[in-house]
Amino acid sequence: MAGTVPLHVPAPRKSVSSPRTTESKAVKWVLISLAGLVLLWLIALPLIIVLVESLKRGLDVYWAALTDPDAASALKLTLLVAAITVPLNTIFGVTAAWAVTKFRFRGKGFLITLIDLPFAVSPVIGGLIFILVFGSHGWFGPWLSNHDIKIVFALPGIVLATLFITFPFVARELIPLMEEQGTQEEEAAITLGAHGWQIFWRVTLPNIKWGLLYGIILCNARAMGEFGAVSVVSGHIRGETNTLPLHVEILYNEYQFSASFAVASLLLLLALVTMIVKSLLLRKNAH
Amino acid sequence: MNVTTKAAAGAVSRRRLLPGFGITMGFSVLYLSLVVLLPLSALLFNSTGLSWAKFWDVATDARVLASYRVSLSTAAAAALIDAVLGLLLAWVLVRYEFPGKRLFDALIDLPFALPTAVAGVSLTALYSQNGWIGSLLEPLGLRVAFTPLGITLALMFIGIPFVVRTVQPVLEDLDRDMEEAAATLGAGRWRTFVRIVMPELFPPLLTGFALAFARGIGEYGSVVFISGNMPMRTEIAPLLIMSKLEQFDYAGATAVALLLLLISFLMLLVINSLQHWARKSSR
Repeated sequence: MAGTVPLHVPAPRKSVSSPRTTESKAVKWVLISLAGLVLLWLIALPLIIVLVESLKRGLDVYWAALTDPDAASALKLTLLVAAITVPLNTIFGVTAAWAVTKFRFRGKGFLITLIDLPFAVSPVIGGLIFILVFGSHGWFGPWLSNHDIKIVFALPGIVLATLFITFPFVARELIPLMEEQGTQEEEAAITLGAHGWQIFWRVTLPNIKWGLLYGIILCNARAMGEFGAVSVVSGHIRGETNTLPLHVEILYNEYQFSASFAVASLLLLLALVTMIVKSLLLRKNAH
Repeated sequence: MNVTTKAAAGAVSRRRLLPGFGITMGFSVLYLSLVVLLPLSALLFNSTGLSWAKFWDVATDARVLASYRVSLSTAAAAALIDAVLGLLLAWVLVRYEFPGKRLFDALIDLPFALPTAVAGVSLTALYSQNGWIGSLLEPLGLRVAFTPLGITLALMFIGIPFVVRTVQPVLEDLDRDMEEAAATLGAGRWRTFVRIVMPELFPPLLTGFALAFARGIGEYGSVVFISGNMPMRTEIAPLLIMSKLEQFDYAGATAVALLLLLISFLMLLVINSLQHWARKSSR
């Protein structure tokens, strides 16, 4: 194959579409309109209603909801949890991807399945298991209470549940990417005398940086937005163990709808930033 | 000749040429065990005094069975509708050019990125009796919020990106020559779609369906607000775990969770073999 590179690069596949492999204009526009309606109804409306509901009672109420001390402490806790969990799962993601993609060993498929496991588990179960391990009736419950250490219904529990839920994100993004890139460049570097860290920083990391960033962004969005698992282990102590999503729920259940949607709009902003960064990264990758 | 020796050399040297196998593998397995495997095993080796008899009692309790029925049926319905709508969205995104396409494409990911609690409150606001859509449906006698229909709708929102993002890449890679050939042989566009395109898209569609279904069974945040949480009618299995925990019934919560976990593992197995099948059939 190597000797048969054509002089003229074949036209990209898109231009292959002839009139015979596309639908008539009428069908095309009917389908586009239908798809647009589905998108508007199913995805855009929930987004719009957050903004409308949050501003329904004016900017003052909106601002008051965001500057409320409980909201501020929820924001702080959410940022803190993400600041602990995202770096840990990033380190894991990179090392796991290195082990899985740069070497051959038995049971590789099984290991990848295990890494994916938290995606398959209901978030509520992701919280429950830490209650069973660290709760007062759990494995370490009596020992912990004897030593006056709080894990569940406190920060460590929230961190653990979030670690569990966001566990696969970075690894999941890197494994297919590094699998595709193979090991040739790293092997070339080693024959040139590079050692481990040099190979990683100079060869591997530049190759995977956008994929890595994408994985981190997704991991972060989930870490800040996780609700079910955190809800189980948090204990819902206002101003102490409430994260932003839990604060949305509390305000909503107290019929403070405008305030609830105001806090929700913060999380919506997080989602929008995540989506924008994602599409920027994808475009960067395409070039 | 040259190629085969090279490949053989590659296979030999690849085994341990690069450094760091021991440490990365060791760390990965340790971290995996501490964060995921050990905590999950607490469900099996629990200290809640859950015996087989108790497990069976809880698992066959009428309210528990009803919650599984609600969870499974709404997740299946939502995934099925998502498969149809997702195919439409993916088709339009891959095959047509139109203004606003980039925004269209980006919006598909919103359910992935949006915290589920936010989805839950906003869907409830839309579909409650005096909400934008709820107030339109009320005169027709159609109630969405606090009915199984509302749960289905929330799960549709959560599941739609799974279908679009599995079908989209396959559709992009689809060779148009086959369609061209079918057209040359006199097949109409619809016939070509049914006979040529659909068989290729079936494996990813099924995978997308399974992914959306699996996610739907365990989903909690987006559902609890809109479901109304009435036992026997709109109480989903994850919520039942939550309410048993709130009553300090740890054994009961564990029993319900074990069954739910079993279903999730089955789904994981199905999805893995589906993806294997899809990869094989695309070659």
